[in-house]
Amino acid sequence: MFDVAVIGAGVVGGLVARALVKNGMRVVILEKESDVALGATRANSAIVHAGYDAKEGSLKAKLNVRGSEMMESVCAELGVKYKRCGSMVVGFSEEDRETLAALLKRGESNGVRGLKLLSGEEARKIEKNLGDGVSCALHAPTGAIVCPYELCMAAVGNAIDNGAELRLEFKVDKIERANGGFIIGAADKSVSARYVVNCAGLYSDEVARLAGDDGFTVRARRGEYILLDKECGDHVGSTIFRCPSKMGKGVLVTPTVDGNLLIGPTAEDIDDKTDLSTTAAGQARVRALASEQVKGINFGKTITNFTGLRAGGSTGDFIINVTEDGFVNAAGIESPGLSASPAIAEYVCELLSGVGAPLKEREDFVPTRRPMHYFKELTQEEKNEIIKEHPEYARVICRCELVTEGEIIEAIRTEPRPVTVDGIKRRTRATMGRCQGGFCTPYIVEILSRERGIDYLDVTKSGGKSFLNISRTKEKLWKNNENANNSLHNKAKTVKNADGGNA
Amino acid sequence: MENVIKTSVAIIGGGPAGMAAAIAAREAGVSDILILERDDSLGGILRQCIHGGFGLHTFGEELTGPEYAARYEARVREMGIDFMLNTMVIELHKDKTVTAMSSERGIFTVKADAIVLAMGCRERPKGALGISGTRPAGIYTAGLAQKFVNMKGYMPGREVVILGSGDIGLIMARRMTLEGAKVHAVCELMPYSGGLARNIEQCLNDYNIPLKLSHTVTAIHGKERLEGVTVSAVDENRRPIAGSEEYIKCDTLLLSCGLIPENELTVSCGIDMDRVTGGAIVDGDRQTSEEGIFACGNVLHVHDLVDYVSEEAVIAGRAAAEYALQGGVAKGDLIKVKIVTDGKIRYTVPHILHKAEDTTVYFRVSDVFRDKKIVARLGDRVILSKRKLKLAPGEMETVKLSAKDIAEAKVGEIRLSLEEV
Repeated sequence: MFDVAVIGAGVVGGLVARALVKNGMRVVILEKESDVALGATRANSAIVHAGYDAKEGSLKAKLNVRGSEMMESVCAELGVKYKRCGSMVVGFSEEDRETLAALLKRGESNGVRGLKLLSGEEARKIEKNLGDGVSCALHAPTGAIVCPYELCMAAVGNAIDNGAELRLEFKVDKIERANGGFIIGAADKSVSARYVVNCAGLYSDEVARLAGDDGFTVRARRGEYILLDKECGDHVGSTIFRCPSKMGKGVLVTPTVDGNLLIGPTAEDIDDKTDLSTTAAGQARVRALASEQVKGINFGKTITNFTGLRAGGSTGDFIINVTEDGFVNAAGIESPGLSASPAIAEYVCELLSGVGAPLKEREDFVPTRRPMHYFKELTQEEKNEIIKEHPEYARVICRCELVTEGEIIEAIRTEPRPVTVDGIKRRTRATMGRCQGGFCTPYIVEILSRERGIDYLDVTKSGGKSFLNISRTKEKLWKNNENANNSLHNKAKTVKNADGGNA
Repeated sequence: MENVIKTSVAIIGGGPAGMAAAIAAREAGVSDILILERDDSLGGILRQCIHGGFGLHTFGEELTGPEYAARYEARVREMGIDFMLNTMVIELHKDKTVTAMSSERGIFTVKADAIVLAMGCRERPKGALGISGTRPAGIYTAGLAQKFVNMKGYMPGREVVILGSGDIGLIMARRMTLEGAKVHAVCELMPYSGGLARNIEQCLNDYNIPLKLSHTVTAIHGKERLEGVTVSAVDENRRPIAGSEEYIKCDTLLLSCGLIPENELTVSCGIDMDRVTGGAIVDGDRQTSEEGIFACGNVLHVHDLVDYVSEEAVIAGRAAAEYALQGGVAKGDLIKVKIVTDGKIRYTVPHILHKAEDTTVYFRVSDVFRDKKIVARLGDRVILSKRKLKLAPGEMETVKLSAKDIAEAKVGEIRLSLEEV
């Protein structure tokens, strides 16, 4: 029996698992997907909010400010890129100025340091590309940016390195109380654990219901984004928010830790928790709104657009609570969830201690992890030392982001280990550059196939049936297959027949 | 391990442009040439172009891509020209040094007297097109699908829609059909194809593949693997027409929506660029704004025929050789003729002329035009007029300027325009 089962391997689940392992717990992380960081963590604004936004006294406010304080050191330990670039909320009217003044007051009462109201002119001295209509701004020097999936992968990886177990494709469909603990089932599999932490993001209401708690619901809120080439990464130096108004919260324009420019999100409540599609209207809205607050954005340099789903809880605040027998909800973790995530982990530990879990900091816990991108940071001499031993570190696979075969192999061998092309992408940035995998995809498929012992045809883009190729060329069955639409489903069979000998 | 290599002429890229430039430089008398190639053999993109149609101009016969490349590679080897494979150039500097990395040498520097840029181009990816919908597997650039099919022996799908009628898309429509796939349509946003007329005939019409002009893909469907696309007609402003949507069931969408010269090195070196071509601004010798750095092939501007790439590479290779042999003689200021175009002619290569010699100017037009004349003017004087029954953006055109006219223009302009007959 495990001490704790953490359901959901997003950024919250990852940091919770790590904090529990650090405190001596035997932890299993249960994830329904084929990789970690595939829910709300995969696609969001990648912002560490300063903490002026959340209502005084709310969990959001408390955990945001605390999380934002912890984030830099957590990232340093885990080797995750973090940049305190500051943020600015810009306004266009006298009414906006009043809103910003209220935000300033709220921020100060939340304990946010360094907040300052600026005139349009003062703001433009810091950010020269602010829109001409910008007349006032709230500057928050403690605002920062981080890569959410990198943080999640590093947290899960560090937890695993310290003894946690990760079960992928484990879609929890049953939670039973037995023998003073819980049995958590997924189809024909199950694990038992003394305590359970529900970090299931969009699905945390469904998981809570399995455990008998129907006190809240979680709704998907679609946010569409546009990502621009690194050429545009310095168009703004800090995160530019728009002053919230009757028209809504607006979008943000921000540099990312990897040097791109990220713009979005829209906010649209939808019923389908799996709908990751972008829409023409949403994309147009992002472009129009962003262009008001920041001028001269070159949308011609768009490299991709995507949608993220936030897990909006029905209470308006984070839903973090514990039952007496040790079932913890860490649910409704919408914005500022990423910012708060290290503090949420800390808070979950407190809650579990409160119901008797014997948490005690381990002496042998190794809090650090080698940065995923360490090779890039080495000097030429250091790189050459490694290349001498391992020539694959000089074989460039992804030309746009300069990712070598050595780095890809290393990512495949590092926990949590990827099995998909997108998994490689999130770990190494291969395929994430301007050509979007147009050149390197076949090579990554080859390396994955070789390193993980998967048939070339079975390599997927992102798990499930997202196969990249569906048969060999010149395949007998291929030509004879009458029912074209079944080709994907027949794939496995087709491969088998190919082995049976045709030229 | 030697970490600095010295050479007279360094050539970045061992595709058709790089190889032809190297051969020309050797023929011009340079003994010391080094080709740096990132792939595991010479030949560049031609290696995966197994279809015919190459070499009609250069060799007077029809070759496949690999055959065309093999002829150049044989010549490179025969001449004893040095090349390094699996070698990626990561930095280009104005002092004509490059930083490169390879498994054999690690990260090292090449110091050259002259450099020829021949890095080729890449395809415009889906993200740049901003199509809405999901992001499933099954969406590939046409060249990527070509690599899977022709180099790896795998089929990326069997129910195919192609967006964009660039040449690679047309070639892949035929290729996928020959491999047993069903190509439902080739959609082209513009009212004309960007590909060669011969490819429309041989790759689409011969196989009854519909070409939907003024159509585009407006939505992508399917969560894990592509399940279908929505295709819409577009109006004259290229905006989708409401009500014209058609759902086409497919598992594969191939994109052939333009090629982008791979100029990251060029830009980071600070070389002046042409916004229209995406390549460097060059003179008649294909010399860039940096003295001693030359460019040719698709890295300079996208060509439709490899034969023209080879032609251009000979000019660049020969000039690089001359520059290296003369110890870096500066281009003279006596002649500096700018070629200026009207809107109908999108760009020219070369952009500027420094030598009074007979010069072929390559250009592309911005739309399909019928029965026009190409006119070159020096001041008010017409120095050249050439009638063409049809001009299209997909087909590169040429005019020849005479040494005499260039000498007369001195430091002025020659204006090139498309006019009524």
